[in-house]
Parts: sequence; structure tokens; C-alpha cells
Amino acid sequence: MSQNQIVTKEDIVVRFAGDSGDGMQLSGTLFSDASALTGNDIATFPDYPAEIRAPHNTIAGVSGYQVHVGNHIYSSGDKCDILVAMNPASFKSNLKWAKKGAMVIVDIDTFTDEAMEKAGYAADPFTDEMERAYTIVKAPISSFTAKIGEQHGIDKKTTDKSRNMFALGIIFYVTHKSLDHTFAYLERKFAKKPEIVALNKAVLTEGYEYADKLEVMHSHIVEVAKADSMPKGRYRNITGNVATAWGLLAASEKSGRQLFLGSYPITPATEVMVELAKHKSLGARVFQAEDEIAGICSAIGASYAGALACTSTSGPGLSLKSEALGLAVMTELPLVVVDVQRGGPSTGLPTKTEQSDLAQALYGRNGEAPLVVVAASSSANCFYWAFNAAKIALEHMTPVILLTDGYLGNGSQLFRIPKMADMPEIKPRLATPNDPDYRPFRRDPETYARQWALPGMEGLSHRVGGLEKCPDGPLSTDPENHALMVYNRQEKVNRVANYIPEQEVTGCPDADLLVVGWGGTAGALTLAVEEMNNEGKKVAYTHFNYICPLPKNTGELLRRYKKIVVCELNNGQFAGYLRTQFPECPMTQYNKIMGLPFEVGELKEHFTKLLSC
Amino acid sequence: MAERHFVPNTDKEYTKADFTSDQMVKWCPGCGDHAILAALLATFPKTHHKKENICMVSGIGCSSRIPYYVDTYGFHSIHGRACAIATGVKLANPALSVWVNMGDGDSMAIGGNHLIHAIRRNQDLNITIFNNEIYGLTKGQYSPTTKFGQVTKTSPYGTIDYPFNPGELVMGAQGTFFARTLDCVPQLSTECMTRAAQHDGTSVVEVLQNCVIFNDKTHAAITDRAVRDDRTIVLEHGKPMLFGKNKDKGLRFNGRQLEAVTIGQDGITIDDIMIHHEDTEDAGIHMMLARMGGDLPVALGVIRNVKKTSYTQLYEDQMDEQKQKGKYLTMDELLNSGDTWEV
Repeated sequence: MSQNQIVTKEDIVVRFAGDSGDGMQLSGTLFSDASALTGNDIATFPDYPAEIRAPHNTIAGVSGYQVHVGNHIYSSGDKCDILVAMNPASFKSNLKWAKKGAMVIVDIDTFTDEAMEKAGYAADPFTDEMERAYTIVKAPISSFTAKIGEQHGIDKKTTDKSRNMFALGIIFYVTHKSLDHTFAYLERKFAKKPEIVALNKAVLTEGYEYADKLEVMHSHIVEVAKADSMPKGRYRNITGNVATAWGLLAASEKSGRQLFLGSYPITPATEVMVELAKHKSLGARVFQAEDEIAGICSAIGASYAGALACTSTSGPGLSLKSEALGLAVMTELPLVVVDVQRGGPSTGLPTKTEQSDLAQALYGRNGEAPLVVVAASSSANCFYWAFNAAKIALEHMTPVILLTDGYLGNGSQLFRIPKMADMPEIKPRLATPNDPDYRPFRRDPETYARQWALPGMEGLSHRVGGLEKCPDGPLSTDPENHALMVYNRQEKVNRVANYIPEQEVTGCPDADLLVVGWGGTAGALTLAVEEMNNEGKKVAYTHFNYICPLPKNTGELLRRYKKIVVCELNNGQFAGYLRTQFPECPMTQYNKIMGLPFEVGELKEHFTKLLSC
Repeated sequence: MAERHFVPNTDKEYTKADFTSDQMVKWCPGCGDHAILAALLATFPKTHHKKENICMVSGIGCSSRIPYYVDTYGFHSIHGRACAIATGVKLANPALSVWVNMGDGDSMAIGGNHLIHAIRRNQDLNITIFNNEIYGLTKGQYSPTTKFGQVTKTSPYGTIDYPFNPGELVMGAQGTFFARTLDCVPQLSTECMTRAAQHDGTSVVEVLQNCVIFNDKTHAAITDRAVRDDRTIVLEHGKPMLFGKNKDKGLRFNGRQLEAVTIGQDGITIDDIMIHHEDTEDAGIHMMLARMGGDLPVALGVIRNVKKTSYTQLYEDQMDEQKQKGKYLTMDELLNSGDTWEV
């Protein structure tokens, strides 16, 4: 390899695509892990169908996994530099994600007449025009893999499963990376099946060597720049859903309250429950409920009994939880609801990302039912926002909805491992047993939060429930009391703003245009604004994580700009929310509702247009 | 696996008054709920549980107001969800004695899913179902237990819904404890509730309760003093299944089904009468007993009470085991596990 010309690049995007049983998610994960371990910054984006195994070789069954590696990585990247397509269907449906001139590696053995017809190709897709537009590598992945399987005496079905290793071997060659990390993974994963380890290692190596023998590869080897400005520390790779689970665990340890999660499986939130179910040794009490309603109701019960109680879900599940959320508001119990948003309405696009549950989170309950809404903005910071959501819930005695999304939840990123000693304190508002002055709805004058008296505490027995109460505890239908309690519950949520940092702006200080984003779109928006600033364009950017209440300086900040564009993956729910509070600020919108994250390119194009008019 | 008990007991001798709250009871005069409340208040001292460890959870409906009238911790929740909330309470703190009170609509219509799963899991919950066969708080619509053909506000031409038998439902969901009592016999209710509290696992006590306003006398055919002894049978573990004013009637299995017989007639002797075994694992006979009515007396008392390791114990055993041998005992350990590297 030493005679080859190696090009150094700031970043590179690789997309693995294949049938949903082809192991593309694993190839992508192994590539991103190996990259992270060798010093690259990374971000990943799984793009998979709702079906577990859709009919073989069809477009419906295509599963993709995009990996962005390099120096400063904010998002999983718009389009890819290298596309791996394991069959005609994945080639057809993913070519649109390849940059012009990209290297496209296909398993040419799969391009049979039958498979091409299934993918909707009337004729050979590899026209001269296409060959000019891309560097197409027609690798005989299936036949090479089959040969190795035979040599190892392993049946065809098992052998076929390691085709992804061949493709991965090629990718490691062109990205100038070692196979060691993947070897170690295989040895760990199949410790009890040495023949599978040997087969996969051989296929991986064969892919690597195949690439080495291919002349076209020699001019395409890329050395991706290592991350040069990451803060010092210990790092790991983490997905948003695991980060969320760990953030809740961290809050449990810090607050001294046992973690309870009552949940029901739902895409794309299930991994939060799956992860927490592993951690009984850390005191995590996970309950897989009979439905979404029982998920949140069990959490409310656990909260009444003194746990840091959580439930995790996605849009349709949040709808089912609405009534119970109102109960949590009424009983003023701490509760964290994690909503990993997906495309809606109804079942919608279960495996695709969207930000369209915001209105539901803010308003989706009967009566005046305010609660706190926060949103994570990267896969890694799901950890901090889950921690933060729990801290607010426990210290302000309120339900908190944490909005993440499928893109953050399934995607992964580098995570700088914090020390628990450095995490902020969490002080639950526990009542004192036998306190003669305890009253269920007596409030702290600063936060308006009530005290938390737990069953089992002597001398504090009391009743809570969905009916309106007076501050001393008993039921009340008194008109003035109801008005007061409605005011108090709202004021308690409003006062959370006294405990959160001010909203910040980045980018050009005398900008003509302010870009506003919230939640999971931070990566693409940050990069778009940064690139435009580098091009000398006057754009500033502010990203919201605290949604309700908003940081106190929000109005003052928005009023500084003549042009504001609110960007979100829905039809304008945050823009509408801001307009009701700051009608004096003219705002335009940039919306995308395709089940896909923003691309930097489309954002820059839109912002440039806004600047010129 | 050693049997474990999680709710702490006390030597303190409580009385009914210790559990009576200062709130005005707002049920209709003559409502069966008053007697059920009295039976429950009499039950708590008998359980010897610490008062502060008792937690009442209810749903929505007339009966679900009960937590306000009991001076313990209490949660008056939302319609149908009492079981789900109680599940969370007990999971978060197994040392609590958790009592779930629901009506027939609350537990078997809107809350049916939570009820069957609570029973299936066999978590240590004490469920009482107040069955008046009507929606009372919404003023008289038919419920899942309303008798077939009954005219109610929403069935002006008679219901065409086949009703649930709660006992059948409990056993169908693999219930380990089922008892039935009448609101008008508080001693029996207290006996059933006390036994329910002693049971490790989900217990269900069905109380046939009279709604004096919207479904008055719905149970009168069996509860009226004149007929009660002949129309009901109080089952006692290990004893022959006898009923009637003079205890001269009994139940026997004729090879096909249960039948009521009279001792002394047709050569029937006490030896022909079935003995009640509440602890038979197979629910077949219990199911038959729970279904009785019509020509057969309605079964009261503890119909089924079998041992099966509770969800509460299984959960706590797993928690303890993992705390002993789990991989990570602190968050710092978990955060630094697996592939990590220094920058």
C-alpha cells in the first residue's frame, strides 16, 4: 500500500446499504467504532425500514447506515463519498444519497436479472453515463464470500451472513484503517463459536486484500483527519437512546432516589427501556407494562411512592399517556417522560425522524395543564438533558417531557465521559416525617414547588388525586381556590426559568439573519451557519433546548434581529409557539417533513436566499 | 427460594378509629359502599401492618372515593388505571401494603386490561371490586357486569351485552386469590379482606354491592334475608360445602357438573357433599364455584387461595441478586465500561 497516493481529507461520509438482513447496521457501527477509536470524531445515522425483513431484494427492505467521520463532526452528513450497495434495490434507492463522483461499491453478484427486475430496473443500470458520474466498483462480494465459506466448511446460509464483512474490509482499505478493532469485536461477540470468528475474519481480510489488488482503489485511499480540538478526556461512542438511559441512571445516583421506568415497547424509543433493564445492579427498576397507559401510570404510582419515575415512548404512545400526564400535573409529582419523536401522525413513519410532537408535548392535555418541556440536541447530550429533566422534575415537583427523536436516539456520537463527582447536585424536596406543618400542597415561596411526602413516612398520610384540592390537601370545588391552584401550577412551571441559563447566540455578532432551531437539528444548523460565516455571510444562530419555559432573555434576544427563520422538522410548531409569546418579532419558517434530518446544503441555500431579499 | 414478606408489621394495637379520616363521607344514604368502608376499616387493625405503610389506590367512580375516607396514604387516580398506578407504588416500595379499590366499570371496562395483567403478574396487591352492576356516578348506564337484558339509560330496549363474571375473569387470568362477599355482611367482608391481605400475590375480593339509586336491589334475589341462606353458600376451606338455613343442603359433583342436594333426600349423606379446597392449584372446581347462580347458590367466602411465588418476591430476588453480582455498582463504572479511550 505504501506506493499509493494517500489523500488527506477533513471528513468523509460512508453509507452502507443493503437488504434489511444484510447486516448494514452492524457494518456501519463497526466502521464508526473503529474510526472513533483511532481518533476521528463521528456521527452516525441509521436509516432503516419498519419491517424487520421485508421481501428480499425489494426497495421496501432496504436498510441503510450512514457514518460521518473526520475532524469536526456535527451531523451524519448530507450525501456520501462512498456508498456500499449490497443489492440492486439498495443501489437504486440509495444512489440519490451519493455525491457526484462518489465511489459506489456494489456486490455485482447480486445484480441478476431477477433481482434487477424486483428493484425496478428494466435494463442494466450501469450505463456509460453512470460510470462517468461515479466511480463504480463492481465487487464480486457474494462469490468471494461463498468461496471462503466453502474453504472453512461452513454452510451457505451462515456464510451469506458475513458478506457485510467483505464490504467492510473494502471500506477499511479505502479509509486506511486497521482491521484490529473489528477482529477484537468478532472474538468477543462469537467467543463461543471460533469457526464463525475465523470465517468473518477471513472474509473481512479478503475484502481488504481484494481492494488492495484493485488498481482503481489506489488513487482513492483517504486518510481522514483526526479530531484536533476535542476537549481532553476519556471518550466513548454512544447512541442517543443509551445516553438518555444513562442520564436517568446518573440522576438517580445523584439524587439518591431509586430509578423507576414504566414503559411499553415502541419504535424508536424501545432501546431506552432495553438499556435500563440491564441495570438492576444500579438500582434501576424497570417495568414492562401491558400498554402505554400502564407505563406512565405505573411511573406516577412509583413517583408517589418516592422513586425517580420515568416513562419512555414515541408520538403515538405520548397520545395515549395524555390523560395520565394531566394527573401528574394535578398531583404535582416528579415525572420524566422521554418522547423519542418519529414521523406522524398516527403510526406515521415509525423508523423515521421528525419534530412533530412539540405541540402535543406543550398542549396535549385537558384543562390548564402546564409542564416543563426540554429537548436534547445531539445523541451524546441526551445524557445531560435526561439528567437535567430529572433534576427539574425532582427539584420543582413537576412532570417534565424530554423530547429527543429517532435521529438522535438511534444515531451515535462521541461522548466525553463525565465524572459523577462533577455532575450537579440534585436535591429532591422530601418532607420530614411527623412534620406537624406538612400540608400536601403548601409551596416553597421561591419555586412554588410542593413537598414530597412518601407513603411509609410516619405522620404525613395524605391523599392525592385528579380532583382539585386546596393547599391544605382536602378536595375543593371552591371557584377562587381553583383559580388559585391553576395559577400556582402555572407559576411553578414559569419559575423554572429562574433556574436555567440564558439563551445564547453564536455566529456573526452583527448578523442580518437569525437562524432559530431546537432539539435534534443542531448538528446540521450549526454547520450550515458556521460555513456561511466562513464565507463572510452575516448569519447568527440560536438553538433552544429549554422549550417550556423558555429562557428569560428569549424575547430580548429575538427582538435584536430584523430577519428570523425558525427551522424545524415539522410544519412550524415551534415557530407558532414563539409567535404567540413574541408577536412583535416577525419570523419566517423553514420546514421539512420527509422523515429525514436537515441537510446542510438545503439550509445554506435557503438562508442565502433570505439574506438577499 | 425463601418466602419473603416485605410489609413491616407492628405490635401497636390499632382500632377502626385510627383509620377513620376526618372527611365527610359523601355517598348516598343507604349505599352499600358505607358497609364496605366499615369492613375495610375493621380489616386494617387485623393485618397488623404499620399504618403509614398502607396505601390505598383507586380509580374513578363512587367507590373510588374511598381513599378520602380512610386515614392512610391514598391516591384517587383516573378512570380504569388504579391497578397500573398501584403496580408502580408497590414496585417502587415493596414495604407498602397496597390496596386497590375499583367499581365494576372502572375495573372491568375501561380498566380491564390493567386488571387482567395485574392478576396475571401476581404482584402483591389487594384488589377490591365493588360490583353494583351499573355506572352510578354517571347516573345509570349498563356496565360489563349488568345482567343480560336489563333496561338501563343506555340500554332502553335491554342490554345485549353478555356480562362478565369477575371470578371467572380472575381465574382465566391465572388469579391466585379470589373471594366474594356481600356489602350487607360486613363480618364476611372483613374476613375476606383480611385473608386477602395475608395472601402473597394479587388478591381479588368481589363485593356484591347495592346502588340504592340506579340499580337498587340488583342483588336482592340472593341478599334478601328471607332467601340469603338458601341462595348463597359461604365456602370454608376443608369443610363440606353446606348451605341453607339448617345447613342441610350441600353441593356435590355429579360427574358432569355441580348440583345442589339435600342431605337426607334420595339417600344423600354428608359424605356425598364436596369438601372445599381453596388451595387446589387447578382452577377447574374454583371456576365452577365462582360461576354458580341460578339453580345453584352464589358462592361467597374465599373461593380460591393458592400459593404461587409473587411478582413482588421474584422482582426483589432479582434486584438483590444483581446488586450482589451485577457488573456495575456505580455510574462511574458503567460510564467507563466497554471501549473507551483517552484524548
